Amino acid sequence: MMSENRPNEKQYWFDQPKNVKLILRGLYVTCAGLFLADFFYHRHVDEPMEKIFGFYGIYGFVSCVILVLAAKEMRKLLIRKDDYYDSAEDGMPGGNAGGNPGGSKSGGDAP
Amino acid sequence: MSNLHPALVFFAGALLVAMLRGRAQALVALLVPIVSAWSAFQLTAGTEITLSIFDYELMPFRVDRLSLLFNYLFHIAAFLALLFAWEAGDRLQRVSGLLYAGSALLAVFAGDLITLFVAWELLAVTSVFLIWARGTERANRSGMRYLIVQILSGVILLAGAILHLRETGSLAFNEIGIATLGGKLILLALGIKAAFPFLHSWLVDAYPEATPVGTVFLSSFTTKVAVYALARGFAGEPILVIVGGAMAAFPIFFAVIENDLRRVLGYSMINQIGFMVVGVGIGTDLALNGAVAHAFNDVLFKGVLMMSMGAVLYRVGHVNGSDLGGLYKSMPFTTVFCCVGAASISAFPLFSGFVSKSMVVAAVLHEHHIVVWMILLFASAGVFHHAGIKIPFFAFFSHDSGLRVKEAPKSMLFAMGIGAVLCIGIGCFPQFLYARLPWPVDYVPYTGTHVLTQMQILFFSALAFTWLKLTHLYPPELRAVHLDIDWLYRRALPATARGVAMVAERVRLFGAGLALSFVSGLQQAGRHHLGPDGIFGRTWATGSIAVWVAILLVIYLIFEYGA
Repeated sequence: MMSENRPNEKQYWFDQPKNVKLILRGLYVTCAGLFLADFFYHRHVDEPMEKIFGFYGIYGFVSCVILVLAAKEMRKLLIRKDDYYDSAEDGMPGGNAGGNPGGSKSGGDAP
Repeated sequence: MSNLHPALVFFAGALLVAMLRGRAQALVALLVPIVSAWSAFQLTAGTEITLSIFDYELMPFRVDRLSLLFNYLFHIAAFLALLFAWEAGDRLQRVSGLLYAGSALLAVFAGDLITLFVAWELLAVTSVFLIWARGTERANRSGMRYLIVQILSGVILLAGAILHLRETGSLAFNEIGIATLGGKLILLALGIKAAFPFLHSWLVDAYPEATPVGTVFLSSFTTKVAVYALARGFAGEPILVIVGGAMAAFPIFFAVIENDLRRVLGYSMINQIGFMVVGVGIGTDLALNGAVAHAFNDVLFKGVLMMSMGAVLYRVGHVNGSDLGGLYKSMPFTTVFCCVGAASISAFPLFSGFVSKSMVVAAVLHEHHIVVWMILLFASAGVFHHAGIKIPFFAFFSHDSGLRVKEAPKSMLFAMGIGAVLCIGIGCFPQFLYARLPWPVDYVPYTGTHVLTQMQILFFSALAFTWLKLTHLYPPELRAVHLDIDWLYRRALPATARGVAMVAERVRLFGAGLALSFVSGLQQAGRHHLGPDGIFGRTWATGSIAVWVAILLVIYLIFEYGA
């Protein structure tokens, strides 16, 4: 956010979009190479499933996409406010029960 | 030849450190693992010390190849943690760290279940101070929950040990199995410390609340002692294959959405322990070697990752992915070390995770556990996704948060650096680790197929991350809490208890009201008979008061306890 307003600061390598592009391009080329390597290298196979062309690449990609999208759905169910457990109701036995409100939050809004 | 128990050196060292201050304290603390290693690394398999108490044969010190491997590991881990603590540590953390490491050594050299139990409880009470040392209200409560769970695990272990003694007549800590009730209880106790699914939330609750130094200590010992104990007591139990598979898979979903980067590492730790538990469950030489070798490597690369996040916490004051980014500019060395740790946990070829995780996966494939194998592949891709990419990306790269801090202190950099060198060293020269594995090793990690398939998985999961990020499908890091199973005892259980208490209070009030009206009715009737003009009033005045008090007391007691 603030980084744009620092005129005197040194330009770092990732500050230049062309370098980020370079990294991405490198990734694409490597992936393509690894995918096509199945043409040239005869993998040792233990399970019939492994015979599928590009099995490991496809499996890696698909499982990550499923992982992230599933986690995103899961978040809808599980997400709570940052101070969810900090409120005075937290049920630690002996935690804060007697007139000593814990954390700065509950003390702060008294006046 | 030496047969000095290294735990004693750590305990004595802790006593000495407690009396020192300043640089001397830090220096002596750092010397303790070195001095201990000097004799402990000369221990040879076969050394045993037995002790007879009443009719029971105890073996507080037993050295074999399995305990020796963890002996090396815990010395290295203690040294790195204390070096990391050079600047950021204090007396409390150094002393409890040393006692904690000593307890871990006590556990791995324990030849009987009673010694193991003592070490088990010591692990709990010595380590909780590393959480409380943070000094926040949150850490205080989290530490208390941690302590309760850990002590409970110990109590279950003791109960299991006593039952095991009655069932088998022996307290020796060897293969136990789950055929008996004692065995089942012991497995449950180990399961708590190993963070089995549903028993895991103490880990992700407490570890991120500890101090920067504390978490480095914590992540090295407790769970690894549990893996060690599983390998010794429950090798080849089929149920562990299923449990381990679940452990490898479920935490990565939490890790993707979690914001606190040390909590992300906590989830990823459960994921890695999952691989180890699967290895123990398979129970072949290859699988068991893979499990303990992975425990060894995990301490090192998880240590490096925890240290790098600890350094960020030390400099920035928090490790929230949502508010970090661009730190590579101000913490370049920490960034590099973190990336080495990330590459190692992701099992990139030439990094340590590769040479141990592949053993477990290969063993699973040999035994044709296809579903578990697919889960482990999924978990391998997932761990790269959340630990390998997410941790370095959101902390050090991503969008520039504008944070400009000092690079981590030199001592922290040295600790991370040594850890990183070990990660690469083991990855490039696995024979040094393999030579120390407890079971015969007949395994070659670097075959064309292994390297190619692993690279395919990793690069395509990196591609998935890139695609999801570029298309904005990737969930943003949010300042939020995500519920886990600990919700049950932090919210649901207290709420239920409060509800029950409220109902009970109502019933009590209602009962008391009823009693009062009953009594006042009686009184009215009584006044008629017992009052000044009543039949009994004149002669029974003193005695009647005592009688009434007694009756009242009884009625009150009935309603007080009856409700």
